[in-house]
Amino acid sequence: MIEISVNGKGRKFEGDGDVPLLWYLRDELELTGTKFGCGMGLCGACTVHLNGEAVRSCVTTLSSAAGKKITTIEGLSPTGTHPCQVAWEKLNVAQCGYCQCGQIMQAAALLAKTPRPTAAQIDEAMDGNLCRCGTYTRIHAAILEASKAAGGVK
Amino acid sequence: MKCTFGTSFPAPENLPAGAAGGIQQSSTGGSFAGLAAAVYAKRDDLKVSIENVSVDRRGFLGTAFAAGAWVLGANILSGNADAAASWQPSVYLGFEPNGTVVITAHRSEMGTGSRTSLPLVVAEELDVDWTKVRVEQAIGDKRYGSQNTDGSCSVRDFVDAMHQAGATARFMLERAAAQKWNVPAGEVTLTNGVVLHAASKRRATLGELVSVAATLPVPKREELRFKPPSEYRYIGKQVAIVDQHKIVTGAAIFGQDMRRPGMLYASIERPPVYDSRLRSSDDSETLKVKGVRQTVQIPGFKQPHMFQQTGGVAVLADSTWAAMQGRKKLKLDWELNPEHVSYSSPAYKQEIFGSVHKPGKVVRNRGNFDGAFAGVSRKLEADYYAPMLAHAPMEPPAAVAEYKDGKVEVWAPVQDPQSVQQTVGAALGVKPEDVTCNVTLLGGGFGRKSKPDFVAEAALLSKATGKPVKVVFSREDDIRNDFYHAVAAMHMKGGIDAAGKLDSLLFRSAFPPIASTFQAGAEYGLDLETGMGLNEVLFDVPHMRSENGPAKNHVRIGWLRAVCHNFHAFALHSFMDELAQLNGTNYVDFFLKSLGPDRHVDLTKDGTKAWNNDKSVDEFPLDTGRLRHVLEECAARSGYAKYTNGKGRGIGIAAHRSFLSYIATAVEVHVDAKGGVTIPNVWTVADIGKVVMPDRVRAQFEGAAVFGTSLAMMGEITAEAGRIVQSNFHNYPVARMKESPRKIDVKIVDSKERHAGAGEPGVPVMAPAIAAAIFAATGKRVRELPIKRTKLV
Repeated sequence: MIEISVNGKGRKFEGDGDVPLLWYLRDELELTGTKFGCGMGLCGACTVHLNGEAVRSCVTTLSSAAGKKITTIEGLSPTGTHPCQVAWEKLNVAQCGYCQCGQIMQAAALLAKTPRPTAAQIDEAMDGNLCRCGTYTRIHAAILEASKAAGGVK
Repeated sequence: MKCTFGTSFPAPENLPAGAAGGIQQSSTGGSFAGLAAAVYAKRDDLKVSIENVSVDRRGFLGTAFAAGAWVLGANILSGNADAAASWQPSVYLGFEPNGTVVITAHRSEMGTGSRTSLPLVVAEELDVDWTKVRVEQAIGDKRYGSQNTDGSCSVRDFVDAMHQAGATARFMLERAAAQKWNVPAGEVTLTNGVVLHAASKRRATLGELVSVAATLPVPKREELRFKPPSEYRYIGKQVAIVDQHKIVTGAAIFGQDMRRPGMLYASIERPPVYDSRLRSSDDSETLKVKGVRQTVQIPGFKQPHMFQQTGGVAVLADSTWAAMQGRKKLKLDWELNPEHVSYSSPAYKQEIFGSVHKPGKVVRNRGNFDGAFAGVSRKLEADYYAPMLAHAPMEPPAAVAEYKDGKVEVWAPVQDPQSVQQTVGAALGVKPEDVTCNVTLLGGGFGRKSKPDFVAEAALLSKATGKPVKVVFSREDDIRNDFYHAVAAMHMKGGIDAAGKLDSLLFRSAFPPIASTFQAGAEYGLDLETGMGLNEVLFDVPHMRSENGPAKNHVRIGWLRAVCHNFHAFALHSFMDELAQLNGTNYVDFFLKSLGPDRHVDLTKDGTKAWNNDKSVDEFPLDTGRLRHVLEECAARSGYAKYTNGKGRGIGIAAHRSFLSYIATAVEVHVDAKGGVTIPNVWTVADIGKVVMPDRVRAQFEGAAVFGTSLAMMGEITAEAGRIVQSNFHNYPVARMKESPRKIDVKIVDSKERHAGAGEPGVPVMAPAIAAAIFAATGKRVRELPIKRTKLV
């Protein structure tokens, strides 16, 4: 049995430890804000926080998540008031919106560690998150906006 | 007419008898002529008419409105008298008894913003508080008119109907208040959701008036008063898309997120080669995988394949992961199609260049190209190539279906729910009306989700298992089972006269056509394909010929954002840049000189006509003045003429008319010592006529710059032994943040012209502008896409 915490709630998983966290979140817990995009850790749509680190849940097995704290987009802020979410709305970042939860989770993890990122740090941190609609310039701007709004709060 | 791309491709019901769903063998060339006639049939000018519609609680509209709602249907009536009997409503506006305004979004939302922009127009004209309006997504129903979200046409084709729907409701609510208060109708006004009689200071909410308004006669269009644009509160202003908060909180539901109680998850192994059949299968190991319930064999398509399922073996399980694991254990023996198993991209490239090096089917002819070209002293010949592409929307296709008692309900991210009704209906042998198609949000579409093969699969599996079934495409399934953007070869010849102007032009292209999706074995492009950039060349060139060479399809061919404009614009504008160099000028000067005086180009003089997205040239002329203007303005904004090219830095530019819009884009590139390319700046000037939501239009052009960067720099699908080589983002990369333009400056031209199109026209200019910038930076001409295949230093 594998015990994990998802958005602050203790969960017990009895199945195969090789199952990727992504499918547990989506199919079992119905937390569908974590998206399926590639299954190989290439697109970032499935990004969640594992003990505060941004990881790709499609290539994170449940056994490797055992005993750890997982935060999904649904747990980032219950009311959507995380500085990234606010900035994303302010700058109208989303087009289709499918990749944006993963983008926001990646950006939130960056800002938690680096409250005042440089443009190069943003590029580096966001390199694993694809957006086929092409919202990158706004994502970039929204991260700077969130950084400003958060006022360097760690 | 019905369409599956803008107003262009035939919907199944317009096909020759028996072709729908591929149930019978495809018909002969004779009926293809009939099909083509349907495709090309000129649409009469649309007129809008509105009438009261009843809400059937159990069917049409019943899911969107509460009981007792008053619903107005805005109907699109064809000018054709025969069609008058079958008016097709295109949008619905309703008021619930409590006064809640409900606007139905009948087009699919895949990121362009049409789910917001069209309802917004209704709210504007009705004059209610937009934040209190509820937007409901329509199910598929032909009474809405075309729901086919494709061809950059949502606003273009429906904005008038939305204005009229709003204005009609406002008129009737004002009349209802006047009647109730016994005052002259002209003294009552509806403003910001409240009806007022100023003289007596009486006021009423919409909820108080709905029951009376619903009994009034529907006014004629001539009686309506439309808001002057100076009074707009929403149109032309900054408005967020309706789903924005749900998107950033993870609450937005896409097709991949749908579920039904008791649902099974399906992962499907499909034929590795086009049009192949399963010989035998062994699922014994699959059934041992924990969570796997059963397997189901899905029959393949019959030609023409249209949007039918490809066939294969589905593994059904309690979870997506279990279904995927079980699928890996299948042992399948395929009878591979002998005609397609030899398909290999390098050989095919030679084949289509062979095609364009011979005379092709003439699609436009003016003057005497051969004579003129022989006579000029300054001339150039060049070949261009653009590879096959996959759409790769971030959300791989997915669909949920629930079959019960001869009817089926589906939930899917689809661009055209009516096409789902047709396709699923044919697959199951039920009437289209017995297919209820709920449209989820689309995690990108780009044309892929116009083709509902994946919904047919889910429906077939639900029928076979008696349970709700969700079909999940993996990324590999998506890349290898696409309706591909065609590979294309272009052969160009051009001559320059003594005055430094384009004198003669031969433009020949060959590509496996979209036509082959509707007519097995078709080798020439439909008019809409050659109409996208091949015959519609706007230069004032005295001698020109456009030709289309034959090319066979070995995969399913579809349409991808901007379609044939992508490769045609790449060749034409790259060639213009090369000719400008030969002429000793730059692209802008040579282009403007060759464009000639401002005028409306008439292609009928050259033995052809403008496809023009099925719109008449009276409504949407081929206006060289607008093209000139965007190029001049883009050159000025980008500093094109003064830019210091060379030493790894360069600027390129291209101007192109597509989807009735006029776009110019300049691109600045930096090429480092290792040949790595970055794009610090893109400048786009877009004349797309009038605009409803400027921020969404800007977003479309920002996105197009990135999409165009992927297409130009890195996108390439190839085949080997009939199989698609690429499978996921490691070998089919799309642009990441670092590889994308750093800054994208979008200027929307302030225009009073008709709304044209925003979703696609930003893409075709990107590849030629990038290629020209790379030449300016390095001196290397890139005539083949993707650019990454050319060593730049």
